[in-house]
Amino acid sequence: MSAVAAFVDLLAGRRDAATLGPRDWDGLIGVARSEAMLATLAHRLDGAAVPPAVAALFADQRAAAEVAQRQALWEAEMARRALAPVGIEFVLLKGAAYAAADMTCAAGRQIGDLDILVLGADIRRAENALLKAGWEWVKSDPYDDHYYRAHMHELPPMIHSGRDRMIDVHHTILPKTHRITPDALALVSDAVTSGGGFAVLQPTDMAVHCAAHMLADGDLQGGLRNLWDFHLMTRGFAAADPGFWRQLDGRAALHGLQDAVHRAARLSRDLYGAALPGGWDRQDPADIWFRRRLLARDDWGRVTQPLLEQAFYIRSHWLRMPPAMLAKHLWTKWQKQHS
Amino acid sequence: MADRAYRAAPADTLRIEPLGELTAIFDRRSMQTHLVVSPVPEILDAMGADACTPAHVAERLAALFDMESAEEAQPILAERLSELAAMGLVERA
Amino acid sequence: MRHSARIAVGPVQFRIGSDWAGPVAALERLYAAYPQDDMRPADATVRLFAARPWRRWLRPSVHIGGDFIVPGALPLPLSMGLLAAEMGMNLQVALGWRRHLLLHASAVARDGRALIMSGESGSGKSTLAALLGEDDWRLMGDEFTLIDPAGGDAFAFPRAVSLKNEAIAEVAARVDPARLGPLLAGTPKGDIRHLIPRADAVAAMHAPARPALLLFPRFGGAAGIEPMGEGEAFVRLTEASTNYVALGEAGFAALTRMVRETPAFGITYPDSAAGIALVEELWAEAAR
Repeated sequence: MSAVAAFVDLLAGRRDAATLGPRDWDGLIGVARSEAMLATLAHRLDGAAVPPAVAALFADQRAAAEVAQRQALWEAEMARRALAPVGIEFVLLKGAAYAAADMTCAAGRQIGDLDILVLGADIRRAENALLKAGWEWVKSDPYDDHYYRAHMHELPPMIHSGRDRMIDVHHTILPKTHRITPDALALVSDAVTSGGGFAVLQPTDMAVHCAAHMLADGDLQGGLRNLWDFHLMTRGFAAADPGFWRQLDGRAALHGLQDAVHRAARLSRDLYGAALPGGWDRQDPADIWFRRRLLARDDWGRVTQPLLEQAFYIRSHWLRMPPAMLAKHLWTKWQKQHS
Repeated sequence: MADRAYRAAPADTLRIEPLGELTAIFDRRSMQTHLVVSPVPEILDAMGADACTPAHVAERLAALFDMESAEEAQPILAERLSELAAMGLVERA
Repeated sequence: MRHSARIAVGPVQFRIGSDWAGPVAALERLYAAYPQDDMRPADATVRLFAARPWRRWLRPSVHIGGDFIVPGALPLPLSMGLLAAEMGMNLQVALGWRRHLLLHASAVARDGRALIMSGESGSGKSTLAALLGEDDWRLMGDEFTLIDPAGGDAFAFPRAVSLKNEAIAEVAARVDPARLGPLLAGTPKGDIRHLIPRADAVAAMHAPARPALLLFPRFGGAAGIEPMGEGEAFVRLTEASTNYVALGEAGFAALTRMVRETPAFGITYPDSAAGIALVEELWAEAAR
């Protein structure tokens, strides 16, 4: 059996770690590392029967993820200290939000840049306040800067010089040029306060954003992790509120993201064994391409289907931009890579 | 700026270890290590859990260390406090 | 991958995959006498690969990858495949290891106590460790020293010593030629030749040693000793660690303890003999 299949089975709980042979672990750990999910797996298998060397590695990973999450949440705190005095409130997105709200999917989850959402009207002032508080622009490439400001859903990335951490300030959750325009005002105004004191998206919006980020915006890089987030959060939300799936449907429609959200739900069923209610539990022949892309890793953690990967890369840009603009963008990027 | 009030990090979030002429401060919230020299540890200690302006800190330090003029120390303390705020060790109250 | 090897250095089990046979064969020769446990899962994966399939044969150049990659790192020609493998192993440890506080430092031990030497490349810390390891010291490692955050003990990472430039002749004159790897001339780091540590150093690679002396050597100038305060030693060691930040409070606790319990000195020395004399002098005091 392939390592990536074993990995997904272990997460889903379809397979007992004790049934793995000693030589199965190399590939499994390799895949988990390339998906940035080794600490997630370490949490999932905490207490399971694994070889001593693996148990030690898992313990290291859990401890390191705990430190990394505190560091990530501190970035949120410092952003709050920079933005609160000028009266700007923000909503935490993605990994930092899951950690702030102490959600199941946060266990061991790697958190990269700090992603925050502010009202479009606040974006200039947010930029200024962050610059005054020690953040600076990462790159000064005029094409990239123009590209971000004209077409993207976020400011060009900024980095804090003292702490060496990046922040992405979003004003909506999909690029301006995307065929779909989510209701950004609703996202911010309906946000809820997490146990950690930070504002996070309300449950249905959080699931919509997770699916949008994975399927409508991205090229499925890190897809297994995003899908794992989606699976665990929807399962948790549905357990807390029996009406969750119905509300999610309505909210996805409001944002124009029903297709992405339904596909995320089907994929989480196919890969992680999610139980879906009627109306969600359907089949779509196109899903197979997504499953193949998600599972395209060999035992050395390498992407095994480069053409499929490339196709998803182009697809992600296709969704984000009108065709003429896409051609111009890919051409500019290509020239820069090859000059 | 000079009369801005700050509050120090709660004492249990900091691990303070004097290392000769330097003091290493580990902040459990940020997981960051700060290396500081006197009078920074004294400032944090003097602030306790209260919101303090530079004038308050000067008063308290004067009481503790028998300082000549608490008045003159204020601009320097205002500067130190603003640096500590950038490090996250104190926060605007 | 087409070719692969498993190597354990200190507490780290590596799995190295390669598109070519050469680098794997060279590694297996250097590490032939190291303990081998084929059933032990790998902690770290190194990949040596061609960027395009035809580059396996046509102007073959070795890209270094694995669990962690450094974007934009330049590939090496296949003739330097062994160096690529070694750089790959160092990279994975430097970026991925979390069980110990990782110091970019060489170390040798005597009577269960460790001398740790930290310095930039060119400081001579590698050469000093290699030479001491040929005397009555146990070589713990020429590149990394691992500190157990809980107990404070030093653990060895005795990879094959990477001798550079002048150090090659100096050490080669003293050891059995069978313990030397091939000469890699004109690499980006100069000439390089690997030295297989002595069998007793490899056999003892899991034995902890209590840090007893911290040295910050600088090659060149008259022989000199400068005592170093706890604060400065702390700062230098945080800079010499690749995972200090990632370990959080455990790293902080380990380092504060180490600089308090271990005397530290900066030393300058004009040649290896003088360096070794300084080391022995300071050790005689520290180990008393």
